[in-house]
Amino acid sequence: MSQQFVEVPSHGELSDEDSGNYEEWIPSFCARFGHEYFCEVPTEFIEDDFNLTSLSQEVPHYRKALDLILDLEAISEEEEEEDEDMVGANNGQTDELVKKKAQAVNRSIIEHAAEQLYGLIHARYILTKPGLQAMAEKFDHKEFGTCPRYHCGGMQLLPCGLSDTIGKYTVRLYCPSCQDLYLPQSSRFLCLEGAFWGTSFPGVFLKHFKELEDYVGRKTKNSYELKVFGFKINDRAVSGQRMKWLRQYPSNEEEWEEFAKCEFEIPNID
Amino acid sequence: MAAAKTMVQEEGLTHTQDEDDSMGEVTDSSEYVDEWIDLFLGKKGHEYFCDIDPDYITDRFNLINLQKTVSKFSQVVQYIVDELDESILETMSNARLEQLENDARKFYGLIHARYIITVKGLQKMLDKFKDADFGRCPRVYCNYQPLLPVGLHDTPGMDCVKLYCASCEDLYIPKSMRHSCIDGAFFGTSFPGMFLQAFPEMVPKHPTKKYVPKIFGFELHKQAQLARWQEFQRLKLEKKLKTLDVDLTKNGGYSA
Ligand SMILES: [Zn+2]
Ligand SMILES: [Zn+2]
Repeated sequence: MSQQFVEVPSHGELSDEDSGNYEEWIPSFCARFGHEYFCEVPTEFIEDDFNLTSLSQEVPHYRKALDLILDLEAISEEEEEEDEDMVGANNGQTDELVKKKAQAVNRSIIEHAAEQLYGLIHARYILTKPGLQAMAEKFDHKEFGTCPRYHCGGMQLLPCGLSDTIGKYTVRLYCPSCQDLYLPQSSRFLCLEGAFWGTSFPGVFLKHFKELEDYVGRKTKNSYELKVFGFKINDRAVSGQRMKWLRQYPSNEEEWEEFAKCEFEIPNID
Repeated sequence: MAAAKTMVQEEGLTHTQDEDDSMGEVTDSSEYVDEWIDLFLGKKGHEYFCDIDPDYITDRFNLINLQKTVSKFSQVVQYIVDELDESILETMSNARLEQLENDARKFYGLIHARYIITVKGLQKMLDKFKDADFGRCPRVYCNYQPLLPVGLHDTPGMDCVKLYCASCEDLYIPKSMRHSCIDGAFFGTSFPGMFLQAFPEMVPKHPTKKYVPKIFGFELHKQAQLARWQEFQRLKLEKKLKTLDVDLTKNGGYSA
């Protein structure tokens, strides 16, 4: 913000803290560099205990973390500060320093817990109607990136977890066109926790926005075949084609018949 | 061959002299840091290119059919191998110098496409491949397979360079803008195929795993059906390859 547009209060000597001008936790978390895949979960969703069922067992310091997310921690922090002031007065400066350090460590632990809790709430929220809508908006704006596969023609990606438990896999990206999984192109997304989007998100998204399937169905199903001076490589060669099936779709009557036979199992090859 | 003949006639006898000079000069000029090829390779975004032996560039036989791609072809060649007289450069206007530099870059690219499918060129690209200079496959199941640059056309100005993954056998777009705008013809359509035929030990085993979206653990029906059909196609191919006595437990086979 440029100074010109900020109305300077008459008692300008007030600091930011005194004026109660603090940042809301959720918007500032989502605005952070590398957090572009997150959408903002409305506080009403978080305040409904039903939506948080069993999360208290998954995240440490659950209550404090929740207060932090909902911007309710300011009061308790002031209390602690008052306590600390008294201790400092009685026991001298070294004790105050130790206490301050411990408090900083404590705050970073709570902050970390809040991020985990928000991530898990986020994974639940994006499966709800408004959550899907919020994610669809980001999808439309290509905020999850586009498919790196040449023949997908810049299809938008969807974030996806490989586990719903924290600490197992980082986030992956699903392409509705080639129906494959990719790693984020930018390193800033490579260490994002996959459980914050969860294993069900792309599936629920596809089910909810049926028109996406039609859109993808209309896309050309081109694929690449390796050639040398225009000639296909012999099947017997080590570098012969082995992966055509990966990008293949039924294209004639015979193949559609085969496809029908694959409804519940892979047929025997005779 | 006809093209080669006219070229030799055009450039005449001076050419052989140049070559003799260059033999002696190689050691001398290597002390200079500002050799044109080194400068070109050092530029940001030029990481996909390998260094071409000056001998290869000055051998007219290798340049057949390239002489018409730039104006003052022989001057461009001399400029690339740092044999163009300082006095000639000094008399050039800025516009002409810029033209010469652009022509040199284009010409280097076109020779590059030819050079990288020679024995020496393939070897240099192998080193770059092993260092993953062309990046790695973004596909999760390809396990960071190093990529190979490839063009979709052998004529310049048609399309940008793409990257080929020998694991999933698919094409990807370079992730950095500075690579995604390089002309694909500077690598050519045949390079990955030549590379993998020359170094079959570099062909990985192909992963058979395929992702199917799930909702609370249950696979989406349509997607699962397609994945089964695709696996069915793979099994059919596997059967056919076995009748051709292809060993699918080695490179170029399948991994679980
Ligand atoms: Zn795709
Ligand atoms: Zn791959």
